Amino acid sequence: MATKIATRETDERFGYQSFSIGEFTFSRDEYFAYIHWPTGQHVMSVDAFLRALQRDVAWDFFYGIVNFDNVLGTMNHYGKVDLFAGRFNEAYRKAELDHQETFVTEQIRPLFKSMLSDWTNEGFDPFASPAETGTAFGSKHGNNDEAVTRRRVTAERMVAVPGDEALRTDDNGHPINRQFADVAQDEPELHPAPGYENEVCGFNLFAYLSRSQVTWNPSVVAVCKESLYCPTTEEYILPIMHGNDRVEWFIQLSDEITWDVEDRETGAKRAKVVMRAGDVAAMPADIRHQGYSPKRSMLLVWENASGDIPEMIAQGKIPTVPVTF
Amino acid sequence: MEYRTKFGSLDSHDRGRVEPIDDDPRRYAFSNLFEVAASSKPYEKVAVAKNLQYAIEAIRAEGTSQWRVADHDETALVMDGEVTVELLDLADPNAVASGTEGSIGLDGDPKGTPMGHAVAGRGHMVLLPAHRAYRFAAEKPSVILLQTIQGRDTVERWATICQTMI
Repeated sequence: MATKIATRETDERFGYQSFSIGEFTFSRDEYFAYIHWPTGQHVMSVDAFLRALQRDVAWDFFYGIVNFDNVLGTMNHYGKVDLFAGRFNEAYRKAELDHQETFVTEQIRPLFKSMLSDWTNEGFDPFASPAETGTAFGSKHGNNDEAVTRRRVTAERMVAVPGDEALRTDDNGHPINRQFADVAQDEPELHPAPGYENEVCGFNLFAYLSRSQVTWNPSVVAVCKESLYCPTTEEYILPIMHGNDRVEWFIQLSDEITWDVEDRETGAKRAKVVMRAGDVAAMPADIRHQGYSPKRSMLLVWENASGDIPEMIAQGKIPTVPVTF
Repeated sequence: MEYRTKFGSLDSHDRGRVEPIDDDPRRYAFSNLFEVAASSKPYEKVAVAKNLQYAIEAIRAEGTSQWRVADHDETALVMDGEVTVELLDLADPNAVASGTEGSIGLDGDPKGTPMGHAVAGRGHMVLLPAHRAYRFAAEKPSVILLQTIQGRDTVERWATICQTMI
């Protein structure tokens, strides 16, 4: 396991810090992020890099693999994290140019948070749709720490249950999104008998989602043991390719998303999945996927959060698909 | 520009598809919950998603359901129509055995204290608390998406509801 402590230094030309961890280094200029490792180097448009980095940080490395693109990414081992280049790219692997190092999460997490904070300029929100935010480019000017450190919604039972996550309103900074202006804002009628006010609970999930400020950011709104409802609002392109370490389900609540599905290990094309309102589809545990949403849409992402699943799949104890028929 | 958000319903849904390139579409268990509910019996609990023991069921709500209870929280999301959810504080604390997965049906009108009710329309989610009995009522055919654990009454008919060919 890599143990070299992350370091940083400031580039005097553009004002950004450079970062290193293990044998990886990260730097940026006005337009691009540069990543170097002992056997190669990589460049990404810095807006795409920051959108991917934002998800990796906010989701604490998520379930499985967060591919920033088809070269760079992280793989979560829940306590440890692989940082890789070319690990899931067949050409890099054949050329033996791929590189991977493993860090304890407590080591890589603060580095990624620092990089996200330093490289995100005032006016750029990596969670917002491209049409709703400023530019990521240019020399360093200010920061947007308020946006990049948003608290992630994680209900313990269900949104709107007393003591749990609150509803979104104009007053708490959640106006209705421009593309959901036609979504009804009525709430369910609740008629609790005296003494049962805390148990007769409900809320308008569609209205709640219509007030989301962010895109491609699943947050937990309802829980049944380890079954987590993680709806999210999607617009433009999912900034990462998510490599599954377990079966994940999508339920399209509104509008339409097209998914590109590739082999998790090689990136070879496997399928396109076109999902419209009411469609339900599983993402098998051996693929990676990236979504395209031309209009802001509502997607219910459903996860089984059991920590045992990746190992059970790796050992062949459970299949990579949810059902066979 | 004015945007129009498109939701589905029993009467109007436009199913997408899996377009395989080098894969079997059955691996994606692709279905449409409105299609499933349209061809289901009232309150049939048809699994449209399953992740080991956990399940999401598409339920056609029409008329009044039997009373049910689970050992764990469930949630009901109304995807179409309007559904009234009645809750009951059961007199029998052992109506559902500890560790039971999914809900169980209760015969007739179980004894207990009425807790009140919720009237939920499209997009509304209602908590079905653990150990509290519930029943649904809908004057017109409606659709519920139920977050639960697969139980004895969960119906699986994947070959019928899912895309099997290109």
